[in-house]
Amino acid sequence: MTQRSLSNARKAVTGKTSAPMWAVVFESIIRGITGVVLLMLIYILGTIVWKGGPQISWEFLSQAPSEGMTEGGIFPALFGTVFLVVFMIAMALPIGVFGAVYMTEYTRGGIFARVLRAAVNNLAGVPSIVFGLFGLGFFVLFVGRNMDYYVYDIPRNAEEAAAYSARMEPLRAAALIEAESLATERSLEGSERAQFITAHVEQIAPPASRKVFGKGAMFWAAATLAILVLPVIIVSTEEALRAVPASTREAAYGLGATKWQVTSTVVLPQARAGILTGAILALARGAGELAPILFVGVTFYAPDLPLTEPINFGLFELPVVNPFKEFMHLNYHIYTMATQHHDPEGTRAIQFGTTLVLVAMTFLMNLGAIMLRRRYSR
Amino acid sequence: MSLRIPPAAGNGGAPPPGLNATRLRERLRRGVSPFRRFREKTVEGMLLVCGVISTVAIVLIFFFLFKEGIKAASMVELDEFLYSTVSVLEYDIELDEMVNKGEKTDIVWQPASDPPRVSIVPLLWGSFGIAFLTAIISTLAGVAAGTYLSEMATKRTRDIVKPMLELLVGIPTVVIGFFMLAVIALPLYRFAVSIGLEKIYIDTYNMFVGSVGVSIVIIPVIASLVDDALRSVPDDLRAASLSLGATRWQTSWRVVLPAGISGVFAAIILGFGRAIGETMIVLMCAGNAPQLVANPFAAVRTMTASIAAEMGTAGQGTIWYQSLFFVGALLVTLTFVLNLIVELIVNRYRKKIRL
Repeated sequence: MTQRSLSNARKAVTGKTSAPMWAVVFESIIRGITGVVLLMLIYILGTIVWKGGPQISWEFLSQAPSEGMTEGGIFPALFGTVFLVVFMIAMALPIGVFGAVYMTEYTRGGIFARVLRAAVNNLAGVPSIVFGLFGLGFFVLFVGRNMDYYVYDIPRNAEEAAAYSARMEPLRAAALIEAESLATERSLEGSERAQFITAHVEQIAPPASRKVFGKGAMFWAAATLAILVLPVIIVSTEEALRAVPASTREAAYGLGATKWQVTSTVVLPQARAGILTGAILALARGAGELAPILFVGVTFYAPDLPLTEPINFGLFELPVVNPFKEFMHLNYHIYTMATQHHDPEGTRAIQFGTTLVLVAMTFLMNLGAIMLRRRYSR
Repeated sequence: MSLRIPPAAGNGGAPPPGLNATRLRERLRRGVSPFRRFREKTVEGMLLVCGVISTVAIVLIFFFLFKEGIKAASMVELDEFLYSTVSVLEYDIELDEMVNKGEKTDIVWQPASDPPRVSIVPLLWGSFGIAFLTAIISTLAGVAAGTYLSEMATKRTRDIVKPMLELLVGIPTVVIGFFMLAVIALPLYRFAVSIGLEKIYIDTYNMFVGSVGVSIVIIPVIASLVDDALRSVPDDLRAASLSLGATRWQTSWRVVLPAGISGVFAAIILGFGRAIGETMIVLMCAGNAPQLVANPFAAVRTMTASIAAEMGTAGQGTIWYQSLFFVGALLVTLTFVLNLIVELIVNRYRKKIRL
C-alpha cells in the first residue's frame, strides 16, 4: 500500500511520530462511533434472535394463525412472501437484465442513453410509499378495472354501472321468477332446481360491485415491487457487463459473430455471477419492503392460501398459486400485530418469531449476495 | 457466416486460394444474411423495449401522482393545504341554538372531518423534523464510520466492517420499526422520566424515537457513500502529500477530505432524501399523530406515514383520497429535486477529480 510505505519512509526521514494530540482524540472518537454503529447492529440482531428464537418450531412455520392471531403459526404469511418475490423476480429479472444489456451494449452515449440512465437513477430515488400509490392508482384502479371492463363487462364508473344494472336486472328478475315457479311445482326436482337458481343468481346476473382483476392481488403487488427493484437489477447487471473485458468482445467480433451473438454467447455468460448477485439483492429488497404493497393486495388475515382449485394434470391434481387473490405477508403480519392487534403486548413472542423468520430470510439472501460479489470481484 | 475468411495457409501472406479481392469485396458489400439481419433487428427492438420500461415507469409514476394530486387542488382552494378557516359555533342558552361566534384559522390535518381539513403543514413538520434530526444523527455517525473505513481501517477490519454495514442496510424497515417500538421506545421513555424530563419528553413514541430508527437505516448508506467518495480520491494526491512530509492525519484532513468533500455532501443530501421517503419506521414508532407541537419529543406523523395509514380508509374520489395523492406528488417532487442536487454535485465532483 502506497500510503503505508510512504508513511514509513517519511517517518524514517523526519523521525517524527505521526499524529498530534487532537488527532489522536479525534481518531478515537471516530473509532468509538463506528464501534457503536456495529454494536447497534449486533444488539438488534441479538435481541431478535434471543426473543424470537424460542418461538420457532415446525408448528410455527407450518400452521395458519388461530384464536384471533394469538396462537398458531405464520405459514400463510411465509407462503405469501415467498410467492410474491417469486412473481416479482420473474417480472423484474428479464426486463432489468435486457434493459441493462441495451443500455451498455447497444447505446453508445448520446442523449437517449442519458435519458435512460437518468430514469433509472430517479426510479431508485422514489420513496417506496409512492410506489404503493402508483400500484394502487395504475395497476389496480387503471389496468385492473379496465381489464374487468373489457373481459367481464364489469362497469368502471357510475354511468356504466347504471347501464349495467339496467341490463342485469331483467335477467335477475327472470331467474327469480323462474325459481319461484319451479318451487311451486310439486316435484322434488323442481324445488332442487329452484334452490340451485336462487343460490347461483349472483353468477347469472353478477352485481356491479363484482371485481376480478380490479382489486388488490398478489400479481399487482408483484408488479409494483418489480418496478421498485428494477434499478437494483439494472445497476448490478451493468456493472457485471462492464467488467467483461473489451478484448473478449473484440475476439468474438473478429470471428464474425454478430452483436447479439457476442452478447448472448460471450458477454452474458461471463457476467453471470454479477447478474445473479443483482437478482439476489433484488429478492432481499423485495422481501423486505412493505410500504409499496400496503394498498395492493396484502391483507391481515387470510388463512386460506391464495390457490386455485386443484388443476388436473392428467396423472395428478395440483393446486396452483392464484396471483389474483389477496395474500398475507410477513412484513404486514409484524406491522399489524405490533400496532393494530387488540393485544400487542401479549403477542410479542409471535411478533419476535415472525421478525426472526423475516430477518433470517433477507439476511441469508444479502449474505449470499455479498459473498458472491466478493468472490467474483476477485 | 458470410465473413469468415479461411486462415492463411503457409504461403507467405498471399491470399488464400479461392478468395480473391473481388469475391471478398462482394461478401463485404452483401454483409450479413437477411435472416441474421432480421434477427439482430428483432432482438435489438426487444432489448430497446426492456430498456425503455424503466423510463416509462418513472413517467407513469409522475403522471399518475400529479393527475390525482391536481384533482385535489381543484376540489379545495390551494391555501387550504396550508390552513383552513372554520366558523366557531357555540351553544347559546337564551336562543337555544348554535350561534356563529366568528371564524378561526386552523392548521390541522383532519381529512375525515366535515368539511375535510387538509393542511399539510403538520405533515411537513413531521417529515422535515424527522429528516433533520436523522440528518444530524446519521451525518455524525455515517461520516465517522465512512472516514474510518476509508482512512483508518486496515484491509482486514475493512473486510469485516463493510459487509456488516451492508447487512445493516439489508434489514427490512419493518423490523427496525418493530425493534424501536417493542424494545427501545418504552425504556427510553422511562429513562427520560427518571432523569426528570417528563415535562419535555411527552410521548412514548415521538419524533426523536422515529429519527433514531430512521438513522439506523441511513447511517450505513451515508457511511458507504462517504467511504466511496474518499476512496475515489486518487492515490497520487495522498502520495504527493505524504512525500512532502505531511503526516497521515494532515493528509486525511487537509488533502483527502477537501478533495472528497462534495461526495460527502452528496451522501448527506441523499441520506436526507431517504429519510424524507422512509415510511414504515416512522409509521410504527414516531407516534402517528398529525400535530404541530414544537417539541422533538412529541408524537408526529410524516407525509409518508399519512399516506400509509390513511389510504386504506379514504374512500376513492373523496377530498381525503385526492389529498393523499397530492401529498404523494409533493413527496415525489421533493425527492426528485434532492436527487437532482446530488446528481449535480456528483457531476461537478467527477470533473474536479479528473484534473
